[in-house]
Amino acid sequence: MLTVSELAQKSTQYRRNILQYIYGAGAGHTGGSLSCIDILNVLYNTVLNVGPDTFTSPDRDRYIQSKGHTVEALYVVLADLGFFPETDLQTLCRYNSHYIGHPTRKVYGVEQNTGSLGHWLSLSVGTALAAKLDDRAYRVFTLMGDGELPEGSNWEAALLASHYKLDNLCAIVDKNTLQITGPTADVCSTDPLDQKFEAFGWAVRHVDGHDFTALQEAFDALPFATGKPSLVIAHTVKGKGVSFMENQLKWHHGVPSYDQYQQALEELGERAKE
Amino acid sequence: MEKANLDIFSATLQTLAETDRNLLVVTSDSRGSGKLVPFGQRFPKQIVEIGIAEQNLVGVAAGLASAGKNVFAVSPACFLTARSFEQIKTDVCYSNNPVRLVGISAGVSYGALGSTHHSLHDLAALRAVHNLTIVAPADNFETEQAVRLAAQMNTPVYLRFGKKTMPLLSETNREFAFGKGRVVREGEDLTLIATGETVYPALQAARRLETEQGIRARVVSMHTIKPLDYDLLAMVAADGCPIVTVEEHSVYGGLGEGCASFLLQNGFRNRFRIMGIPDEYTVTGSQLEIFAHYGLSETGIERVALELLDRG
Repeated sequence: MLTVSELAQKSTQYRRNILQYIYGAGAGHTGGSLSCIDILNVLYNTVLNVGPDTFTSPDRDRYIQSKGHTVEALYVVLADLGFFPETDLQTLCRYNSHYIGHPTRKVYGVEQNTGSLGHWLSLSVGTALAAKLDDRAYRVFTLMGDGELPEGSNWEAALLASHYKLDNLCAIVDKNTLQITGPTADVCSTDPLDQKFEAFGWAVRHVDGHDFTALQEAFDALPFATGKPSLVIAHTVKGKGVSFMENQLKWHHGVPSYDQYQQALEELGERAKE
Repeated sequence: MEKANLDIFSATLQTLAETDRNLLVVTSDSRGSGKLVPFGQRFPKQIVEIGIAEQNLVGVAAGLASAGKNVFAVSPACFLTARSFEQIKTDVCYSNNPVRLVGISAGVSYGALGSTHHSLHDLAALRAVHNLTIVAPADNFETEQAVRLAAQMNTPVYLRFGKKTMPLLSETNREFAFGKGRVVREGEDLTLIATGETVYPALQAARRLETEQGIRARVVSMHTIKPLDYDLLAMVAADGCPIVTVEEHSVYGGLGEGCASFLLQNGFRNRFRIMGIPDEYTVTGSQLEIFAHYGLSETGIERVALELLDRG
């Protein structure tokens, strides 16, 4: 098991990689990838029982990234775990590359072709239901953005997950509070999110989405209640880790210039020495 | 005894479920209209109720299929293919989760319930979605074969069923494969190509043409809309005789335009007519009254055939 210090070092390297490949591609969802990367780090390195050798096992834990647009975060973690050579990411978004700007099964390690928002809680419910029907022990994790929650099928899925008592399902909301138009609270508020999901029959916990210990403790506590699906509301900062990107709307899918990229690497490099 | 194709669908699923404990039926408060109550009584652990939430139905079905379940997702065709269109496109087809989508009471089967309940768009919409086989069985034989084949597919399939009792098309032709149209009556003067519940009136029209006019019409049950049987199309077009297509669907984007596209792009210049529901709010009536109103009846099809033969 990685220590908190080791997880922190990984996250710093992941952030550098995210920026490297977005800069190289000239495209990408920078802010959201930086807000969710600590969650993916903790999941893939300490929680999920899945790796390159077990990815085809029917008993593997499933990670389904509903907020597919922050695929850069997923790709750098999968590369680090050895699902594919990291050099592949140099082709990100290039003509004829498998590394599309949203998750695709063409990339080993990706469970579903996501990207259309609001779909994947339903698919995760189906996958978790299959485990119950087949008496398998795997768990299903899905990462959602707070901006995608107004999509109606999320709430259809939330109803059904509690109806079938899917306590092998954990949804995580990367609550970075910003979406492409502006603050999520201004676009279409979903607060109080905890009360809404609790009313739908879920067990809910809040966590600092950049606190490795708090994330691990939350995942260790799954399911939060027997017979209920679990929701982790991860409070995060969009653009986390790069001072001029944090909480700045333009970095939703902003691509750094050369100077910005160098400055970001410098900030992250200094952090790595801490 | 002749039954509705939906009854055969349900009976075939029960037969399959006897030996396939992995088979799962998923419904959206639609087990009654899907004739699945007996299935649910016999296999209560193999039917999952979603509630009236078709988007969730398809997404959940995709998740179940991704985990290895043999999933038949059953819902009225009108809602399954409109409300859940993006889930079909993305969760099922793009991610290649091999769900067997079953659109029940398709076309104008719901008759006087009106356009909310009609599916005259589904073939057009779904033809443009990659990685989906589209099948509209015409009779009980085709239905049983289609359900059995669908259960073995490792890619997504859409099965389209009406609910009317359907007579057997042929006593002798017992061949069935997806992508291979069936010639259910031979003829040399023209070809009627139909799909689903319009094959039978096309066959009856062919019988009338021979009895009353001495005209011999070939009848094709083009049960698979995608992939279309281009080899058969080329074969029937080769003699230069007129071709009439018949479908319980908008004249836009379905069987007829699929055939026309192939024929035009491959140099065939046969006289050609698409019969279907025109682009308008559908007249009120039962399925057969609507068919008669738009000429999708044996007399209506006969009339169009005679026109194309300049004998109208």
